[in-house]
Amino acid sequence: MDLSITAVELGKKIKDKEISVVEATTAFLDSIEAKEKDIHAFVTVDREGAIKRAEEVQKLIDGGTLTGPLAGVPVAIKDNMCIDGMLTTCSSKILSNFVPTFTATAVEKLQAAGAVIVGKANMDEFAMGSTTETSYYGETKNPWDLERVPGGSSGGSAAAVAAEEVPYALGSDTGGSIRQPAGFCGVTGIKPTYGRVSRYGLIAYGSSLDQIGPLAKDVTDCATVLEIICGKDDRDSTSVKEGGDDFTDALVDDVKGMKIGIPKDYFGKGLDAEVKEAVMAAAKALEAKGAVVEEFDLSLVEYAIPAYYIIASAEASSNLERFDGVKYGYRTEEFSDLHNMYKKTRSEGFGAEVKRRIMLGSFVLSSGYFDAYYMKALRTKALIKQAFDKAFEKYDVILGPVAPTTALKLGESLSDPIKMYLGDIYTVSVNLAGLPGISLPCGYDSKGLPIGLQLLGKHFDEKSIIRAAYAFEQTTEYKRPAFAVERGL
Amino acid sequence: MSKAYETVIGLEVHVELATKTKIFCGCSTAFGGAPNTHTCPVCTGMPGSLPVLNKEVVNKAIAVGLATNCKITQNCKFDRKNYFYPDNPQNYQISQLYYPICRDGKVEIEVEGKKKFIGIHEIHMEEDAGKLIHDPYTDSSLVDFNRSGVPLIEIVSEPDMRSADEVIAYLDKLRMTIQYLGASDCKLNEGSMRADVNLSVREVGESEFGTRTEMKNLNSFKAIARAIENERERQIDLIEAGKEVIQETRRWDDTKEYSYAMRSKEDAQDYRYFPDPDLVPIIISDEWLEEIKNKQPEFREEKKARYQKEYGLPEYDADILTGTKKLADIFEETIALDANPKKVSNWLMVETMRLLKEKEMDAEDITFSAANLAKLIQLTDSQAINSTVAKEVFEKIFEEDIDPDKYVEEKGLKTVNDEGALRATIEQVIADNPQSVEDYRNGKEKAIGFLVGQTMKAMKGKANPGMVNQILKELL
Repeated sequence: MDLSITAVELGKKIKDKEISVVEATTAFLDSIEAKEKDIHAFVTVDREGAIKRAEEVQKLIDGGTLTGPLAGVPVAIKDNMCIDGMLTTCSSKILSNFVPTFTATAVEKLQAAGAVIVGKANMDEFAMGSTTETSYYGETKNPWDLERVPGGSSGGSAAAVAAEEVPYALGSDTGGSIRQPAGFCGVTGIKPTYGRVSRYGLIAYGSSLDQIGPLAKDVTDCATVLEIICGKDDRDSTSVKEGGDDFTDALVDDVKGMKIGIPKDYFGKGLDAEVKEAVMAAAKALEAKGAVVEEFDLSLVEYAIPAYYIIASAEASSNLERFDGVKYGYRTEEFSDLHNMYKKTRSEGFGAEVKRRIMLGSFVLSSGYFDAYYMKALRTKALIKQAFDKAFEKYDVILGPVAPTTALKLGESLSDPIKMYLGDIYTVSVNLAGLPGISLPCGYDSKGLPIGLQLLGKHFDEKSIIRAAYAFEQTTEYKRPAFAVERGL
Repeated sequence: MSKAYETVIGLEVHVELATKTKIFCGCSTAFGGAPNTHTCPVCTGMPGSLPVLNKEVVNKAIAVGLATNCKITQNCKFDRKNYFYPDNPQNYQISQLYYPICRDGKVEIEVEGKKKFIGIHEIHMEEDAGKLIHDPYTDSSLVDFNRSGVPLIEIVSEPDMRSADEVIAYLDKLRMTIQYLGASDCKLNEGSMRADVNLSVREVGESEFGTRTEMKNLNSFKAIARAIENERERQIDLIEAGKEVIQETRRWDDTKEYSYAMRSKEDAQDYRYFPDPDLVPIIISDEWLEEIKNKQPEFREEKKARYQKEYGLPEYDADILTGTKKLADIFEETIALDANPKKVSNWLMVETMRLLKEKEMDAEDITFSAANLAKLIQLTDSQAINSTVAKEVFEKIFEEDIDPDKYVEEKGLKTVNDEGALRATIEQVIADNPQSVEDYRNGKEKAIGFLVGQTMKAMKGKANPGMVNQILKELL
């Protein structure tokens, strides 16, 4: 079968009995087997479980129980979402043996819609990183260029979709972790409004910023997946009941009169010229379709990164305290007493980037520094939200780049964490403000690497960005990554 | 001691709230149960789990706040208190630092006829921790998370108390108020009420406070009183010896009547409190507050006044009966079964109090039912049993909550009203005790008491005492 098929197309073929669920699942599992040596998008592949599940799903489809658009379609789940009975590591040594006893709500909803889970996607350890290089299980490579990173932290999810190992995947986005890897890998990803998708079962990094979202080959797939996973969950008090969740209704090629703002601040120093050119061309394309495009000053852009790293690290330092070797996960072999056990377990179980953020987070919350850092960051967060609210009084959608550059070489940013953090400049403020954002390909640079376009919307107005993204997508053609093309896979 | 010293005391009281389920998950709060059976991913701190607030905890905390004259924080929040310990599954406790649910309250206490207000600084909600169990055979520690996530409120007083008596009066007042609300059973020995004592001393007339210590592990009112006395003396001795009191947390050992330092302020932990991002702010509307206000029960003072007015009980009796919610409840339930209030009060005031004292029990531990007490009163009213037998039957009711009707029937305890049988017994008693008969006839009125006693003994206590007296007098 043609592995470049989208999730919705595959769902239709399954429904029309052109292909069986087992055939489709086997085809993608074979694809994983053939490519993993090079891509390494997965921490866990569950071939046996997936085929067994495919048989069950087929019966439910045949019996008329499962009728949804994604019934029988294989999926990869980022390895920070709990699945009952399946190893869930967060790409960390400290959870190297952790098998949850319950399933994340978003995953449960996909299962109820007939999804066939083929495995758990690689990520930066505890979602801390922008390259998927901080995974304890080894880095994931970009299917467009195996010497480059796929972005992160949902790099495994993005690479698996780009490399056609799965039609779609779930990722999570705390500061750009869905949008940036989608941009680097030439696929589409949505970070929903904070509260749109339940976080229950998502192993927390920055609780006030984390959101689960889809990564797929096009806007239609993403809207379809989001429609399934969204909704108020009694197990997550930060999830909300909110309308405007008929996302697939927004899949129309019509942006006439839509007001699109471009923050001038996003196009200054540090932005790669080729990226800038492609993003501006995308704006032109939307203008040509009748959108009203204008530039404006968003302000406060330079404060987003420090505020983000303070808040996310502060929450992470507390969220990660539970990994102590007492109840589950890795425990050091030898220890002399309780505190020695804590110390050795955590020193051996966490990687360098996780330790860096735990230390940073503990520092900003400590007595005497709390006001100067954490409280100031919270105030900055409120101001950034205000700045967006003000902009959204004028615009329906804000358009800009996802990242300052295309995919970086492996090892390039690990040595310089500040450089890696600065790469998040266009994505983190969206999480601070709790807004929805979509990332989709808008061109390729001279090295042939995909360039990502980012569209931001008002709270709970995913439909406007889906609509704009869908309209823009009609002016482009989906490109298969070099890896798939070269190998004839 | 050359100078006069004043003791300054403030309390931190933890109370376990009597909700059916835990504060952030649906697990049972029932006491006991095999280890780790009242647990779920949330209260064992599993990765990916999230807390969801039990609204009943807020209701109960507000009720306590209103009853203690606090201002209710209508927009309050939870914070995380970070510290590593194995009984704390997330290694942070969800508590309230910045916006506690209640603030600025006060309660009135009375010590030796003097009334006084004790200020309440704040009341906040938090979750309890699990329990560590050391296994000496394997030299390892095990954790039971059944208590993890049980809701607590911490009531922090102002440093307004000056003696152990005031502390006991304050605790008693809190306990009573909370029991009346049904918010907790407040048992110190079972840990559903725990008090930490902050104490400092200063010379009388001094306006600045001295350095304080915090005393933990106080499991009874007596232990609290002893610990206060001991700590007061320890601090005065230090000051008199020209030494400094160190700000520290101390642990009381009640069997040794001695406290030792646990940790000083220098090695106090930095808890890195910050707002819990997993929980949304609690917005308490005026309607919500009003609803709780309307549901507040009749408190002790109101009950006490009503008992005097409605049932004509003496103040002393009304005071004792309302002294614990349990006694007041039994009193009211028995009356509701048509028993005479004064008679009910008598059983509770005399026999119940005697048995409680004898068995070293608290009123909360009473297990007998109002129904059986009412039946017993019915039996005595109809003269089916005499008062001696009634006391014996009551003891059985107190111990095992037996049905007095059945018990009296089975044991054949009904009063003997058969005059022929009585007369024969009395004649025999008179014949056997010529000396007493002689004494009585010589004017020693008291001697008849002995003869009544002998008759009752011969009748195994079942004789009708009125009839015995009457027949005796007649025969003598």
